[in-house]
Order: sequence, then structure tokens, then C-alpha cells
Amino acid sequence: MTADRRDTQPVSSDARPVPPSILGNYFSQEGAKGALVAFFSTLGFFLLAIVIIGRSENWPAVQRSFFNWDIIVDSFPKVWEGFRTNVWMFLIGQVAIMALALVIAMMRSLKGPAFFPLRLLAIVYIDFFRGIPIILGLYLFGFGVPALRLTGVPGSAAFWGLLVVVLSYSAYTAEVYRSGIDAVPDSQRLSAASLGLTQFQALRYAVLPQAIRNVIPALLNGFVSLQKDVALLAVLGVREAVREAQIASGRDFNYSPYIAATLLFLAISVPSARFADWYTARDRARRSQGVG
Amino acid sequence: MKVELTGIHKSFGTNHVLKGIDLAVDEHQVVCLIGPSGCGKSTLLRTINLLEKIDEGEVRLDGLLISGAGVDANSVRQRIGIVFQSYNLFPHMSVLKNLTLGPIKASGIPRPEAEAKAIDLLERFGLGDKVQEYPDRLSGGQQQRAAIVRALVGDPEVLLLDEITSALDPELVGEVLSVIRELATRGLTMVLATHEMGFARDVANRVVFMDAGRVVEAGPPDQVLRKPTQARTQQFLKRVIQGGRLSQ
Repeated sequence: MTADRRDTQPVSSDARPVPPSILGNYFSQEGAKGALVAFFSTLGFFLLAIVIIGRSENWPAVQRSFFNWDIIVDSFPKVWEGFRTNVWMFLIGQVAIMALALVIAMMRSLKGPAFFPLRLLAIVYIDFFRGIPIILGLYLFGFGVPALRLTGVPGSAAFWGLLVVVLSYSAYTAEVYRSGIDAVPDSQRLSAASLGLTQFQALRYAVLPQAIRNVIPALLNGFVSLQKDVALLAVLGVREAVREAQIASGRDFNYSPYIAATLLFLAISVPSARFADWYTARDRARRSQGVG
Repeated sequence: MKVELTGIHKSFGTNHVLKGIDLAVDEHQVVCLIGPSGCGKSTLLRTINLLEKIDEGEVRLDGLLISGAGVDANSVRQRIGIVFQSYNLFPHMSVLKNLTLGPIKASGIPRPEAEAKAIDLLERFGLGDKVQEYPDRLSGGQQQRAAIVRALVGDPEVLLLDEITSALDPELVGEVLSVIRELATRGLTMVLATHEMGFARDVANRVVFMDAGRVVEAGPPDQVLRKPTQARTQQFLKRVIQGGRLSQ
């Protein structure tokens, strides 16, 4: 039996990692001189980009059809209303995904011949939903199921569309959880079993808390991705931000509403991504200091 | 007879680890398993509390067959505690939570009762100030003592100890062994796999020398460790003495 990685004593290091900032360490890595270099090279890069784009022959036309400020402002209320639909869809979706994926990952992680049917079910599920493009699932479920007009079954495209996104994301997220479960040393299960815990209890109390902590960065990353993928429901006519922008753009024959939608998506996803990076860096720093 | 193993065979794939082991442990007895690494000591210990499924043979606890089908392995494990070489404490739980998880979840003991008992035991083994600490804030010796207390908190009838000092720094070995010594004087039935020959000589009622999945020689410590009759035992002990782990 070999000692696992948890057995090492806390290592105190003199070269403590710099505490992570929400912006990452883009500016602080090299000190003041580095910051100056970074500032001027960034400024130079963007000036160059502006000059090149501005000198393009078609720029005035592109500017009119994409960056028409008045149209952006006009379309904003409708796009914003649609965006609120996006927000609740990805919030509900994320909760459902984390729960469903956990169940699937646990099914797949149970050992012993008695649990073979559950493992098989989990594998078939994951293979199926990872194997089909979301957009195909959206067409099949979002148009197909409501067309059946089943009684007692929701008929809204938003419901079925969101369900497809949740089912698809859960397949990926289940694999994320599983990688976290696999990273917990087997000795932890053994130890739990030796206390008389059942296999399920061992998973629930000993393995999963450690596994989930291992995969929080990956889960956050998936969440950022989900925020944008719920916009795929636009193909079902769900009036979320992209669909509203489409409608507004069709009315004025101008693409500027898409810029309004773009700004809204960025306003949510950039902070989320920064948070995910910050959390990951903080977690890594804590682990390297051996502090729980 | 508290624990009785007869004709135990165990293979991992093509690796035949245990080749027909017989072993009997009386109540209040301390049995030390010694032998070179890979001889099957650890595997044998794990067959006793059913952490390893045996291919052939029988395991009996108080005369009752526990190795067969239809036995609730989880309830057997509540009666037979085990401590591992690498402690295997749960790193995400405080020492107290580590200790009470088994009693609360497996045995259904109410939390206040389980906690009171755990704290009492921790105090008795000099860990009274570590109740709320997380394992990675403890030294190796403290972690291993906490792991021993975790195995004791459910009042096991038998305690299995799997090379519990092998992962420790030499200066921490003493504090762990003194805990085991105390348990031995209180009459707890124990089976331990160990490389600490001096300790085995002091604390064991019986020493069992294993090699390549078989019991080569067994008997009182003075006989097996001082006047071994088998050539392989003699060779092994000679190497151990040269390594400085047993004085003549």
C-alpha cells in the first residue's frame, strides 16, 4: 500500500504564491516596468487595429449597419426583456444540470456486478447525449414533442428546448464529476467501507465532497458556456435576447440590435469567467500551502 | 476462538497472494504478522474484515461463518476495526467528524452520544485539543492516533492494524506504539502486520511469520524471533537485525 497524496505534511514555502486578483496577474507579474510595457503595447495594438479597420473602404457602411447607436438604444428594451429570459433559463438550467449530472456520475461510479444495469444506463445516456449536436436535439424535441399535443405535457418550445440543453450538458457534466470522483484515492472508499458504511454512504460522505471540490473550476467553466448556449433556443422561436435582436434587426434591416445583445452577454459572461479564474487560482494557492 | 481463518486463498488476477492460510486468534490475544514486503500480510488482514473477498476458505468470527454469501459485510466491519498504514482520514472533515461518521451513519447512534464518546476517547489518547482540527493540520503521529481512535470509537471486538507505523517519521513511531501497548494491556483482541520486531516481541502473544502467501512459522514471540526453526525465518530475521530493527 502506498501513501497517497493527502498524507504529505503541510509544506511551508518561503516563496508564497502571489494572492490571486480578480483580473488574474496580468499587470502585477512583472512589476512597474512590466506594467508600463504592457500598457504601451496594448495601446499600440488597439490603435493599429482602429487605423486598419477605419481605413477599410467599406467601414462607413459597416458602421451604419452594425454600430448604429440610435438603433442599439432603440432595440435595447426588447433585447433586455429577452435577455431576462436567458438569465432564468441558464440559472434553472445550471441547477438542473448539476443535480442530474451528479446522479448520473454516481450511477456510473458504483462498483460491483449488482450495479451493472445502472452503470450501463449511465454510459448509454452519456454516449447518446454527447453524441448528438444540441441544435439537432432542439429541432427534434422542441418541434416534435409539442406537435404530439400530449395531454398533461407542457407544450411550450422553451420547456422542451431547455430540457434538451439540460440533458446534453448533464452528459458532459457527469463526466466532469466522474473525473473528480476518480481523482479521490481509492483508499478513501476503503476507509469508509472499513467503518461499516455502505457503498452509497461512502460515496456520499467520503468521496463526493472531495470530488466536487476537485471539479468546481470545471463546473464554473461549464456555467459560462451554458450562459451562451441557452441562446440556441432562438431557433425554436423562444423570445430570448438573440431572437429579440433578430426581430428588431429584421424590422430595420440593420444589425445593430445584435450588438446590444452581444453587450448583454458579455456583461454576464466576462465577470463569470473572471470569477472562475480567480476561484481556480485561489484554490490552487491554498492547496499548495496545504491549507484545507 | 475469536477469529478463525481456514484455508484462505486469494488472487489478484494471476498473482496468487494468499496460498492457503490458517490462522486462529483467541480473545484478548495480540497476534503479530511479520514477513517481507509483499508476503500477503496486508491482504490477509483485509480478508478478516471482508474488505477483500476471498477465493477459497472460511473466515469465522466467534465461530460464525462471515465469509459466505448472505452476510452483511457492513455490520461485520462495525465489529472489526482496521487502521491503515496511510491513516486514510477524511481530509475534508474535522477530526471529530471523522470519528463520528461511522457511528452516526453506519450504526445509527445519535449525534450527541457519538460526539461525547469521540471527545472522551480523543482526550484519553492525548488529542483533546485537536477535536475540531482538520487532518492536514496534525502531525503524522497525531493523524495515526486519530485514525486508531476512529477505529475504536465503534467499540470493535477485534482491531486490525496494517503497518501503522511504516509511514511515520522515526521520532513519531513511539507515540503510536504506546497507544497500541495500552490497548493490549486492556485486553483488546488485535492482529497487526508490522515491521517493528522489537515491538512485536514486547506486545505479541503470538508471532506469525509469513512468506510468499504462506505461514512459514508461528509461535510465542521468544521462540519465533529468537530461536526460529525454519531457514526462511532465520534468513529474514538476520536481514532485519542487520537493518537495525531488532536487537539480539
